[in-house]
Amino acid sequence: MAEPMKIRATLQGDVADVRVLMAHPMETGLRKDSAGKLVPLHFIQSITAQLNGKTVFAADVSQAVSRNPVFAFKVKGAKAGDKLSVTWQDNKGDKRTDEVVIRAGS
Amino acid sequence: MKRALVLGSLAVAWAAAAQTPDPTAAEFDKFREIMEQDNPAELFEVKGEELWRARRGPKNASLEQCDLGLGPGVVKGAYAQMPRYFADADRVMDAEARIVQCMITLQGFKYADLAKQPFSNADRTPDPVSLITYVAAQSRGMKVAAPQNHPKERAAYETGKAIFFYRAGAYDFSCASCHSVDDKRIRTQPLPNFTKPNQAIGAVQGWPGYRMTGGVMHSVQWRINDCFRQQRFPEPGYASETVSALLAYLTVNANGHVYRGPGIKR
Amino acid sequence: MRLASAAVLAIAAAFLASCATPQRDYRPDALAMMKRDFHGRGIAGMDRLNEDAVQAACNKYQDNPPQEVADKLQKEQLAAIKWPADGKLLGDWKSGERIAQDGRGMSWSDKGGVGGSCYNCHQIGPRESSFGTIGPSLYQFAKLRGYGADIQRYAYGKIYNAKAYNLCSQMPRMGHVDALTEQQIRDLVALLMDPASPVNQ
Repeated sequence: MAEPMKIRATLQGDVADVRVLMAHPMETGLRKDSAGKLVPLHFIQSITAQLNGKTVFAADVSQAVSRNPVFAFKVKGAKAGDKLSVTWQDNKGDKRTDEVVIRAGS
Repeated sequence: MKRALVLGSLAVAWAAAAQTPDPTAAEFDKFREIMEQDNPAELFEVKGEELWRARRGPKNASLEQCDLGLGPGVVKGAYAQMPRYFADADRVMDAEARIVQCMITLQGFKYADLAKQPFSNADRTPDPVSLITYVAAQSRGMKVAAPQNHPKERAAYETGKAIFFYRAGAYDFSCASCHSVDDKRIRTQPLPNFTKPNQAIGAVQGWPGYRMTGGVMHSVQWRINDCFRQQRFPEPGYASETVSALLAYLTVNANGHVYRGPGIKR
Repeated sequence: MRLASAAVLAIAAAFLASCATPQRDYRPDALAMMKRDFHGRGIAGMDRLNEDAVQAACNKYQDNPPQEVADKLQKEQLAAIKWPADGKLLGDWKSGERIAQDGRGMSWSDKGGVGGSCYNCHQIGPRESSFGTIGPSLYQFAKLRGYGADIQRYAYGKIYNAKAYNLCSQMPRMGHVDALTEQQIRDLVALLMDPASPVNQ
């Protein structure tokens, strides 16, 4: 089952600095488990981010990305109180969406 | 005679080269600082809190009444003040041993089941590991303050110290073989001198730690276990008094230094 | 009256002393605790917790034994070294480099002795920058010390049983505990001593 993401979004002027920590095994399909069996391919294929419902970030991801990955990106035109939601989908059809409210930066 | 003189001066040159500050250590620190900003350990912190509050085990109880030394259910600051003596168990316990104890007494789990495979691998993270990550995170930013008030706490420190210096095993190693000298490294891994307070914090800081090699969460119980494996010793019991005593020695030596919370490692 | 106050003073003094410094040697407690809490696993049996004569001396004297103790035990360790029957101490340096690089062996996750773990502690060849600094650099080993039979013998003996030359050295006794075979030690000697080895370029 999809585990929650940790999203941090801090404002610097009108640019939101977003860092997303995702819980995912990101299996390359090449690893053998402790019993010697090949662990099947299981990885996040796409990530999208919406600011107040409008898509501001979309990425295709490969299995080369490591386990429990961190994605960082900047979004221009953001302000405090805006809702930022991040969604990932993996190759097994599993999906996860988490949302944060953008806070004013320091 | 001449060769001896030449060898002697060369030896001095080599020694001098070995004494210059190791640039690789600084790079490792920089790397850790950057990686700590988004540490996957936080994912296990969240999981650990869920496990802490959930009703589980044969007794269908949560761990919210577990006494970590500051009173039942008080988690904030508890990790930084362990190992400590617990009267109900009549022994000194480190944090993970105490969590295991609470899982047994409050939730009805069995030690044998918890000790069977107590360490993380790429396929599985045992519950005590997530729990201790949560508990440790609640001491973030606090000063290490393992108590030495009770006679058994003082005895644990001295016993732990004796264990630290005990040379045995196929390679004649003790903990001190690697960890009692300044500025040494094994391959490229710096070896803190745990006998010194400002370096002993190296035994506390970073544990529990997310290890990027394999993407696994490990606690200090794992680290002590793996040290004894590499020392070519037999295996110490999981959450045993031996490990608590060793941790008492290391932690008390680090008292006064700030614990930054769960860490990240290569 | 005087006896009672003397007793009070004695008790007070003992109490203060116990607060300030450890009253006793905790090593017996440590050993009892370890024997109770450890268990054998794989090839790492509980017998490994028992001190042999070398470990006992180094533990007792905190790695700083009196000269007579060191001399006696070093002599015994030297006498126990098994030298190659044909007297050939030099093997193949290319194998030696592989053996020096391999850090496996003798632990509970191994099936026996495997490698020498030499790079864990030593700088050796010029192309390997991932070396430890627990032991001295061995780079240009023979170039600095000479290529003679006496140095070869020292290298072989030191790898076989480091304690024969320095009782409380932190270096393991790789031959003595069968962590390395005779051929493996020869190959390591070649790594250090062969004029063609990269170590001596």
